[in-house]
Formats: sequence, C-alpha cells, structure tokens
Amino acid sequence: MLRYILKRILYMIPVMFGVIVVVFLMKMITPGDPVDHLLPANASVEQKEAMRDKLGLNDPIIKQFGDYVIGVVTRGDLGTSYATKQSVAGEIFGRLPKTVFIAVWAIFISQIFATPLGILAAVKQNSLVDSIIVVFTMVGASLPNFWLALMLIRWFAVDLKVLPSMYNGTAASWILPIITVSFQSIAMTTRGVRTNMLEVIRQDYIKTARAKGQKESIVVFNHAFRNTLIPVVAGIGSGLAGMIGGSLIVETVFAVPGVGKYVADAVTARNYPSLQGGIIVLALIGTVINMIVDIMYTVVDPRLKTTLLAPSSRKNKTKVAKEGA
Amino acid sequence: MSKITTPAMVKLSKKIEKNANVTSNTPGREALKRLRKNKTAMAGLIIILIMFIVAILAPVIAPYTYTEQDYTATMQGPSAAHIFGTDNLGRDLFSRCVYGTRYSLPIGIICTVIGLLCGGALGLCAAYFGGKVDMVIMRIIDVIQAIPSILLCIALVAILGNGMWQLIVAIAAGSIEGMTKNVRAAVFMVRSNEYVNSSKSIGVSDANIMVRHLLPNAVGMIVINAVGAVSGAILSISSLSYIGVGLVAPTPEWGAILSEGKTYMSVAPHMVLFPGLMIAITVVAFNLFGNGLRDALDPRLK
Repeated sequence: MLRYILKRILYMIPVMFGVIVVVFLMKMITPGDPVDHLLPANASVEQKEAMRDKLGLNDPIIKQFGDYVIGVVTRGDLGTSYATKQSVAGEIFGRLPKTVFIAVWAIFISQIFATPLGILAAVKQNSLVDSIIVVFTMVGASLPNFWLALMLIRWFAVDLKVLPSMYNGTAASWILPIITVSFQSIAMTTRGVRTNMLEVIRQDYIKTARAKGQKESIVVFNHAFRNTLIPVVAGIGSGLAGMIGGSLIVETVFAVPGVGKYVADAVTARNYPSLQGGIIVLALIGTVINMIVDIMYTVVDPRLKTTLLAPSSRKNKTKVAKEGA
Repeated sequence: MSKITTPAMVKLSKKIEKNANVTSNTPGREALKRLRKNKTAMAGLIIILIMFIVAILAPVIAPYTYTEQDYTATMQGPSAAHIFGTDNLGRDLFSRCVYGTRYSLPIGIICTVIGLLCGGALGLCAAYFGGKVDMVIMRIIDVIQAIPSILLCIALVAILGNGMWQLIVAIAAGSIEGMTKNVRAAVFMVRSNEYVNSSKSIGVSDANIMVRHLLPNAVGMIVINAVGAVSGAILSISSLSYIGVGLVAPTPEWGAILSEGKTYMSVAPHMVLFPGLMIAITVVAFNLFGNGLRDALDPRLK
C-alpha cells in the first residue's frame, strides 16, 4: 500500500514538469516584451537592456528554461505581476483560501443533496419522482453557470434584497457564489449516483439478497449503496478539481477576490506572468487532488488494493480494464 | 432469372421481401428504432434541427438586423414589436439572439470535429499500438489534463488574440484531452476482437486495420461522446465570450450579448434572461440527444 502511495506521489513529478514545460513554451511565444511592462514607459534603452540582463532574457533558451524550472521548483518563483509588480506566487497564495473555501462548501452541499436524490431516483426508477430528478439533473448540468449566477443576483439581491450581489467580505456574500457552484455540482453528482446505483441494483447479489427475503432498506443501503461509494469518491475529487478550474467564471461574476478572478483579470489585462503562474498553481492543485482520489480508490475498493499490490502482470491488466471502462 | 408474372408469385415474393426486412434487423437499425421511440432524444434532435433552420434562415426570421439601433426605444421590455425587448443601444434582442445561432452552433460543431480528429488520431494510435506509444501519448494527455480546460482555452486565446479562429483553435485544443481518452477507451473495447488478430496475421497493414476494422466498430461510442462534447463546446464559447475573451461585444454571440447586458441587469433583466435561455436550450438539446443516442446504442444502461 505504502509503495503504491509513494509511486503515485512520484508520478506527479513528470506531470508537473510537463505543465511547467507547457507554461514555459507559452512564455516564449506570448506577444510583447516583458521589459516594457515592468519598467516605466520613459525608461531608456540602457535601463531596458540592464533589466533584460537581470531577468536573464539575453541568455540562451536552454539556460532560461533551466533557470525557470529551478526558480519554480526551489523558490516557488512564478515571476512578477505586470499589474502590481508584486510576486505572482505571493498574490496567488493570498487568494487561494477564498477559492478553496467556495469549492469545499460546494462539494459538501452537493454531496448532501446529490446522494439521497440519486439513490431515490434509482430505487424508484421510471416513476414520476425519477423523471423529475432526471429532468433536474439534465437542466442543472446544462445551465451556463455565469447565467445562473446573474439570475440569482437578480432574484436575491435586486428583487428580494436579502443577499448582497457582490462579494464584500461578509458571511452573507458567500451564499450566492456557493449556491451557484453547488447547483451544477448537485445536478452532475445526482446523475452519477443514479447511474451507478442502477448498475449495482442489476447485479446478481442484489437479486439474491432480495430473494432471501432481506428488508428492502438493508438491500438498498447495505448491499447496493456501499458499492456505489467508489464513483462517489471519484466524483468528489473530480468535482473539486473542476470547481477550482471553474472558479474563474463564478468569482468574476461575484467579484470574489480568489484565484479564479485573479486569472481572469490577468487575461483581460494581458498580464501574462499572473496567468502563467495561475496555470501552474491550479494544475498543481488538480494533480494533487487526482492523486488523493486515486489513493482513496484503493481504500474504498478493496478489490483494487489486492490487484495493485499484486505482481506487475496483473497490475497492467487492471489498469487497462480501469482505463478502458 | 425469369420474371415474376403470375399474381400468386408476386404476392409470394412480396411476402418474402417483407420477412426479409423483419429478419434483417442489424444492431444499427435496432438502435435507430430505439432512438426513434425515445421521446426526449427526439425532442432534443428537433430542437437542434430548429436551431439549424433558424441559423440558415436568420435574415428571414429576424425582424431587424443585429446592428440596427433605435435610440427612441432602448432597454425596452418584451413587446409585440420586440418580443425579447431591446438592449441599451436600442437593438432588437430577438434578432440578435437569432443571429447568435450562426455563432454558437457552427463553432461548437467545428471545435468538436477538430478536437475529435486530433484526439481521435491520438487515441486510436494509443489504443492500437499500446506499449510505449500508448505510454507517451497518455503522459502528454496527463499533462494537458492537469491544466483545467477553461484555463487552457483562456491561455491560448490570450496568446493568439481575440477572434473566431483563435477561439476555435483554443476550444478544440481544450477538448483534445477528453476526445483522446474516449476514442482510446472505445477502441480498446474492440481491439481484442478476433477479427483484428486475423487481419494482422494475414498481413493487413496497421493503418488499414485501424481505419477499416477498429474505427467502424468503435464509432458508436465515439459519436455519443462527440455529441455530448458539442454541448460542452457551446458552453465554453459562451463562457469565454462572457468574460471578454473570444468573440467580443458587437458580435451577436449569446455569451457576448449576455456580457453586454449584465451591466443593465437591475433595470433590464430581459437583456440577460433571453440570451442565457438560448444557451441553456441549445445545451439541453444536445445533451438530450446525446443521452438518447447512448441509451439507443447501449440499451443495457437504460
């Protein structure tokens, strides 16, 4: 088990290295001269040249790349923001808690609603309740989240005047962003729970449990639900990763000063170092979450544990089966 | 062969034809039949078709052009003259939404097709060759997957600049990762079939096996995922336009219209409501149709 965890952690290194390569390539092909953004407009040619030397822009590309990687890895140096002339890494980490706060609450709320709704829909398949839930998941997953956000602002902030329309630091101003993010997540998670539950309910051991006269509630919760937990765990992970990526839009609408808004602002201001720093940080978060999910898989699904720890020939087979599914 | 002449023989031959039709139900035809019976999927398909007709006939359907400004009637609510109301410049919102079908729909489909071609080629190679090829391709995909797709799109637009082709390239690139995985999974399922090994043993070339044997058999799953991907692409287009990258202001793209309208939301909510509904309806339609296709091709899951 420990070996698997260690392997999974080591596996993050090439992925993150790849991300840094991609971001470095972006740096190379982005239009404009960074020196123009960092010095005042009336800077002399000599000053610019000195700045260029200082930033290492006159070095060969290989050396620039090496310096960049070493800077990112050892010092967490993501460059200097064109807009504020501050360290990008510092700015991003200052904003990260807000983004994570929204995502964690949204995940929590969506699990509370989605799991019972999904089970209910699956148990009462093809009934009226099921149809309503299915329609809800379909519509909920299709609404553009920025539109939903604007509609919520209209109802709760403009018409009812009960909640602030923009983030202002108060607890009440967290509510609308969290609702917006959870709504979509509830829809998608419910759908996932229902599909998995339906698949499990068709298994022979459920028939057996019913045939031997087991109580329906025990069949549903003890026999069926426990086996749908695996996709639920995966859903939490991918949902969290997706939310942090999707924070861009929601934070922009509600003016929440999180990482998403930071990156969106960087794009409109063509503030490339901030954008590239944002990519590295968000990619790192996503990769770490995916790693934790993969490890959690083995905890929730004992079958996987035995196969992952078995000799390598069997490991490859499960990998194929897992990825082919 | 002698001609069928007597009435009795004609009757008999017709009967045979009829029976032949009954027995010759291929899995494809069965799936089509199930799809036709699926009311929600057909509703999705009909909405998609209506959207296409609207896009083609936009100048006929729209009562005004999408740039026509009427300063005597700005920010008016829905009325007989302007059924979706007007915006801050007195432009007819219905006309703008109608012209919007000419952006989201084709761009969404083009992005999906480009993404499918690139991702499909990668996924096909990964699944067919396996081993090292698979490993290299999947490690590249892992890197792309690590970057949230909307962030990847935005970064590409920031580098390439605003505009339709830049947007298409960015969204297509963002979809490659998912497409590669889907095609790879679909091909994996058919790869182990005996006819693939037989073809190999009689010396059929790799390219031939991939195109003639693997793709046709994996096409069902690939199409299902592609239809779902169109709705994702349409959402991405409008999201990017909303935050001001991609298609910007005067373009009557739904996300761009919405972005213009948000400033006036407290006085003229219809400026936000209608373009959002257009996006939602289109996305729902593609999702309904995509789900119907999946149920039709894989009735086990229904």
